[in-house]
Amino acid sequence: MADFAQFLFSGFATGAIYALAALGFTLIYNACGVINFVQGDFLMLSAMTTSALLMHGVNYPGAALAGIAVTVLIGVVLYQYAIKPAKDANVVSLIIITIGASIFIQGMVQILLGKNQQVLPSFSGDQPLSIFQALILPQSLWVLGTSAIMVLACVVFFRFTLTGKAMLAVASNKLAAQAVGIPVHRILQLSFGLSALLGAIAGIVAAPITTTSYDIGLMLGMKGFVAATLGGLGSGTGAVLGGLLIGILEALVAGYISSAYKDAAPFVLIIFILIVMPQGLLGAAPRERV
Amino acid sequence: MSRNSGLALTLAVVLLLPWLLPNNFMLDIAVRIALTSIAVIGLNFLMGFAGQISIGHAAFVAMGAYGCGILISRWDWPVIPAALVVCLVVSALAWLIAKPFLRLKGHSLTMATLGMGVIVNMVLINEVNWTGGPDGMPVPPLVIGSFAVTKIIHWYALAAACLWLCCLLSVNLFDSPAGRALRGLHGSEIAARVVGVDVSAFKVRAFVCASAFAAFSGVLSGHYLGFISPALSSFTHSVELTTMVVLGGMSSTYGVVLGAALLTILPQLVGGLNGYEAVLFGLVLMLTMIFLPRGILPSLVLLLKRA
Repeated sequence: MADFAQFLFSGFATGAIYALAALGFTLIYNACGVINFVQGDFLMLSAMTTSALLMHGVNYPGAALAGIAVTVLIGVVLYQYAIKPAKDANVVSLIIITIGASIFIQGMVQILLGKNQQVLPSFSGDQPLSIFQALILPQSLWVLGTSAIMVLACVVFFRFTLTGKAMLAVASNKLAAQAVGIPVHRILQLSFGLSALLGAIAGIVAAPITTTSYDIGLMLGMKGFVAATLGGLGSGTGAVLGGLLIGILEALVAGYISSAYKDAAPFVLIIFILIVMPQGLLGAAPRERV
Repeated sequence: MSRNSGLALTLAVVLLLPWLLPNNFMLDIAVRIALTSIAVIGLNFLMGFAGQISIGHAAFVAMGAYGCGILISRWDWPVIPAALVVCLVVSALAWLIAKPFLRLKGHSLTMATLGMGVIVNMVLINEVNWTGGPDGMPVPPLVIGSFAVTKIIHWYALAAACLWLCCLLSVNLFDSPAGRALRGLHGSEIAARVVGVDVSAFKVRAFVCASAFAAFSGVLSGHYLGFISPALSSFTHSVELTTMVVLGGMSSTYGVVLGAALLTILPQLVGGLNGYEAVLFGLVLMLTMIFLPRGILPSLVLLLKRA
């Protein structure tokens, strides 16, 4: 039983990270129908930049802020110079562009910051806390707390601010949004920046537990996507729920079955879910505009 | 360029090449290009014709190479039945994967292929008893009947013949009702459905064909290289295949062969990529899609027509 609680807690913390990655996916998917392959690299980029700055003697909060700023900037640049110029392209071309960007970013980080795994120091020590006979790293609580705050902030943003509502309008119909005077390009730019921000914060909070290296973006991005699909692509609540489920499943598989194959678990799960419930757990029934 | 003149031109090129290439090193590169092209032509059915993206295609190549290698070296199967069984099993697996994902709208298949690539890579590394683990495994030379294909020129003949046949199949598919259906759903799924195309069935077929071609390319490559490692199923290799299709020209059979040739020759010219392959492939993917969305060959053809 103590084992189970242990796996559950660690799964919950990893799941919270996947949930944030999934939320970023959902944001961009809703805004322009593109699966953004750079999402996972946002998490990697902020953590790698922060650790590089720490090594050069910058203090922790400063390095973390700089890491987040760099990532958000890259998110906006990605939209401005890679997605927007190809504006007449179909979704396939846009997805290929994000795949290219993801590989390019990984390659650059590998060259500039090296191939080694980096670890960020924990925010408040490494002394584990004991809850229900399970040991929890304080950093896991940071991860959970930060995720909860960010999810809440997203809810507030979309429900109570004009910009958030404009973003929803663009997501549901670009042309109509333009017709009522919403600056569509600005909003799309913002949604790339926002999902980069979500990824960047998640990356830094998670790095003390997961460690980080130039190629983790791939795996994080995939798990985030599986989580988003599991919850029903396009649904924010679904993304968070999917992320937590994936995290817990992975921890249970690693604990009880095989740690070598824990990364395979989400994919096997998603195949089964898609056969049984093609719309995901909370996805809306399919509606298509001609 | 009509269908027959294109095929005749390709035939002439592959027949003349052995006389034009000065040494075995060049011939070796030609064989590698031909073997890679087989997988890339298959991938083009999926990406170019049907407009679906796969970035885990190297997994099928690796399954072909490892499957055939294991059947031949562990159980002494003859090559031809082993190759057939492996291609069939890989196709069946592709069908199982494609079926649930292609029912979704959007591009979930892309992520599914990525996930599959990761899982195959994981299995190849972890199942040391079967695959030799991270160190890889040797593959015995190709023996067809009692004839062992070992000389480079024989390999060239075999690879060139297979490549030409694949071009023939691909060009014929392009103009066939199935090819038109695939291109139709690439343009607009809804329009394709309106004229009676079973969209998801055709996507599944394209995916299965693509995986069979990849497995076949893997079978031959494994024998040609004589040694295979999990790197064959790596993400980098998948991206390389995808980049070849995008660069050469999606939906153009000769275009993707050109893409395969360019991306195989380029690293040789600059003396290896030394860790810069990710930057190069990423940049090529982005720039091609932004400035030359049709790819090199179709853009050139368009330019010539205008001039």
